[in-house]
Amino acid sequence: MIAEAKDLQAKEIKLTDRPKYTKKDLVADHPTWCPGCGDFSVLSIYFKMMEKLQLPHEKITSIAGIGCSSRFPYFVNAYGVHFLHGRAAPFATGVSMMRPDLHVFVFGGDGDAFSIGGNHLNHASRKNVKMTYVIMDNFVYGLTKKQTSPTSPLGFKSKTDPGGAVDQPINPMKQLIASGATFIARTHSHLPNHVMEMMEKAMAHDGFSVIECLSECTEFYPGAFDAANPRKGGAFNLVPADHSVTDEIAAYKLAMTPFPGYFGVFYQEQRPTKNALEAKLIADSKARAENASPTELLQKTFARLS
Amino acid sequence: MIDEKVADSSTAPGGQRPPGARRIQDAVIRFAGNSQDGIQAIGGFLARLAGRTDKDVMTYMTIPATISGGPSIYQVRLGTGEVLSAGDDVDILVTFYQHSYNDHISTLRDGGILIYDSDNVQPDPNQKRYRAIGVPITGQTVEAIGGTAKDKGKNMFVLGLIARMFDLDVPKLETMLQAYYKGKGEDVIRNVIGAFNAGYGYDIGKVTDTFEFVVPSTRVTRKQVVMDGNQAIAYGALAAGIRFGAGYPITPWSSIMEILRAELPKYGGIFMQAEDELAAIAMACGASYSGYLSLTGTSGPGLSLKTEALGWAVMAEMPIVIIDVQRGGPSTGLPTSVEQSDLNIACFGGHGDSPRIVLAPSSVEDCFYITLEAAKLAREYSSPVIILSDQALATRFEAWEMPDLAKLTQDISPDFSARGPNYKPYENAADGIAHHAPPGTPMVDGKYPVVTGLEHDEAGHPASRPANHVMMVAKRRRKLQVLAGRLPKAETYGPAEGNVLLVGWGSSHGPIREAVDKARAAGESVSSLNIRYIQPLQPGIGEIFEGFNHVFVAEINDEGLYGYGQLAALLRARYCTDKIRGINKTDGLPFKVREILNGMNEKLKQSAEPALVSA
Repeated sequence: MIAEAKDLQAKEIKLTDRPKYTKKDLVADHPTWCPGCGDFSVLSIYFKMMEKLQLPHEKITSIAGIGCSSRFPYFVNAYGVHFLHGRAAPFATGVSMMRPDLHVFVFGGDGDAFSIGGNHLNHASRKNVKMTYVIMDNFVYGLTKKQTSPTSPLGFKSKTDPGGAVDQPINPMKQLIASGATFIARTHSHLPNHVMEMMEKAMAHDGFSVIECLSECTEFYPGAFDAANPRKGGAFNLVPADHSVTDEIAAYKLAMTPFPGYFGVFYQEQRPTKNALEAKLIADSKARAENASPTELLQKTFARLS
Repeated sequence: MIDEKVADSSTAPGGQRPPGARRIQDAVIRFAGNSQDGIQAIGGFLARLAGRTDKDVMTYMTIPATISGGPSIYQVRLGTGEVLSAGDDVDILVTFYQHSYNDHISTLRDGGILIYDSDNVQPDPNQKRYRAIGVPITGQTVEAIGGTAKDKGKNMFVLGLIARMFDLDVPKLETMLQAYYKGKGEDVIRNVIGAFNAGYGYDIGKVTDTFEFVVPSTRVTRKQVVMDGNQAIAYGALAAGIRFGAGYPITPWSSIMEILRAELPKYGGIFMQAEDELAAIAMACGASYSGYLSLTGTSGPGLSLKTEALGWAVMAEMPIVIIDVQRGGPSTGLPTSVEQSDLNIACFGGHGDSPRIVLAPSSVEDCFYITLEAAKLAREYSSPVIILSDQALATRFEAWEMPDLAKLTQDISPDFSARGPNYKPYENAADGIAHHAPPGTPMVDGKYPVVTGLEHDEAGHPASRPANHVMMVAKRRRKLQVLAGRLPKAETYGPAEGNVLLVGWGSSHGPIREAVDKARAAGESVSSLNIRYIQPLQPGIGEIFEGFNHVFVAEINDEGLYGYGQLAALLRARYCTDKIRGINKTDGLPFKVREILNGMNEKLKQSAEPALVSA
């Protein structure tokens, strides 16, 4: 089956046969986000990246869970899926495993990634399933109108914590490093060039690439990320130039820097993807079975059981 | 049963049977020991041997929920005709321990034979109900093998004893043993064969007879295959062309995922062991979305978790095959016992109006064919399909006719041909069926679709307008009504009219048919109906019900708050007749023929009618 998907790649319409597309061709529904929402920035950078890469529309697949940011697929004119709260990563795993010809993106928020789908993120990471996961982290539940999120800082006042959040928030970078993701970056939606740089690096990475993008909720947590926004008087600290991205301990130390912390690639390693491991298993199994057809394989099995 | 069916030995054709052998049509043998004694292996070899000769076989197994140790039994019914159930009463009981003897002696029929390990068991010396034969199984095995193996070959010693008693094909058995233990090394094979030969050579004395199976009048010449229900489902999925599966280990579903994990790569496919049940079905939804019909599976507790994504698949109209190997519930319940109590969750589990297809296989053979059919229906109706198997089907071996694999094996590769313009995956067509384009499919007008769990319009866009939801809810329901109209008409076993109709589903089908045979042989008016299509129901069921005075639904679940089991409640809601009553049980064991007949007589008594056959 995977071999068939490869055939499909060969059959792809040559890019030269198609007129180049522009951002206009990639726009679908008008975003439902509030004015000033950080997610707009991520969307427009996604368009820009596609425009640059000229990936055929039908090869782009955006998959999302539930939340404000998870409306993303509706706004892109490409194949998209609006799946269940927290379960976008395993859904994307199914797509990625069967379709090496597709570029699989997952878009979601902090609730999807670190709360209801926390375990799924860990396992897609450790299995190194090829996909790019962009977590638009706004430190609050926006779609349901201001409840505490797993990344809300201590003391944050929400409808579920009127007196201020009391639970220790998740440190996304620490969590991702521990989970075994092979490309981990952090960026800020108010700095589009940096977002673009991280997205391009993530997409070029052969494996599970994940980006935490601070994305301000202007409605329910305005100013949350001003401390990292130079235009608002904050400091946008890039990962130090001498940081070794293959050094897990160094990455962990960066992650422990108090907010607003660092931005850039925290960690990257080359490890065989789940996709490559399964493809090898298929190749080896088929060779051992002398490339027998499904009918021949079943006939042999049934003869053994008769 | 042995003494009921002894034929006159003078009619034996060929005359090559051993002197003194009693000729029989079937025999029920129960092995009772502990789970580590390898008694399942004895049963497995007998089942395979029977499948390779002209005997039919059905087995029955219980295993303890504990990981190691604890009581375990295996029951084999060997017969020369069609074997429909594992047998109510045991003809030959083999007990390894005192507790095996204590717990199972009551299952031995009057006049049956008890073989006990005289090293471990002391039977009641005063009983006259059965013949007791003590064999020092432990001591003889240790003597035969010796060394460090200790009593590990006891099962093979017993297999030898049984082979002698039933005049089984020893060369064939030895070949099977050699093949089975090939990978375990020369020492193991030597021990196995040594123990088997010791058992075969042990002089059991004149205390008992040897037996020979009657060659059936309609001799089965076709080739047979022997496997358990889980194997049949796994191979059915491979034949159906399913190339992606995902699952999470849970008893008794796990062996399906183990087989698929080993087999799928040879077919170019992938099986993913997911982090949990939710991820497993999410992965399967993703792979189906990508164009490859996918499978996931589980047992009871896992289905509870899977209902979330099942609802998405209903809403998105995503084809997917879900196996539920039912066990005792609720919660962790009885992990290694049979129950038919997941019908409600399979049909109705989840929030919102979410119609889906539910099928129930009635035998191991049907496990194979129903998986092929499930794949076909999932794709044709763009719908999730649940297969309700159960622990009894999953763990029993049956011999069934070799399928025509060349004819049945399917290639269901996705269709990536261009679609559009104005492509509407959810067009409100008369048949209500959605038509998805997998990603990678070019759209001629350059407009690409999003698949969503939100209510959507015909193009797949989120749409919450009242009229749209009305239309789409009806559309998703209508496609199953269209399917219902295309299903084969329901047919009874036995005459289509009469006094009592026994209705059943899943693994109860066999014992119900045997109950019908028994009742009809006694001159009573009893027929049966197997419900294979649980949802939607086949046409013709209402008409059949009209032809009977009583409709009794026999199912392994509770009679519920209002006196009917889960299928009975569904049928009462659908056909509005108070003729429908339940014969229910919740002991975690497959139906005995006697239990069905007793249940029937009891219900008839309640309606002040004379009892039919005595069970």
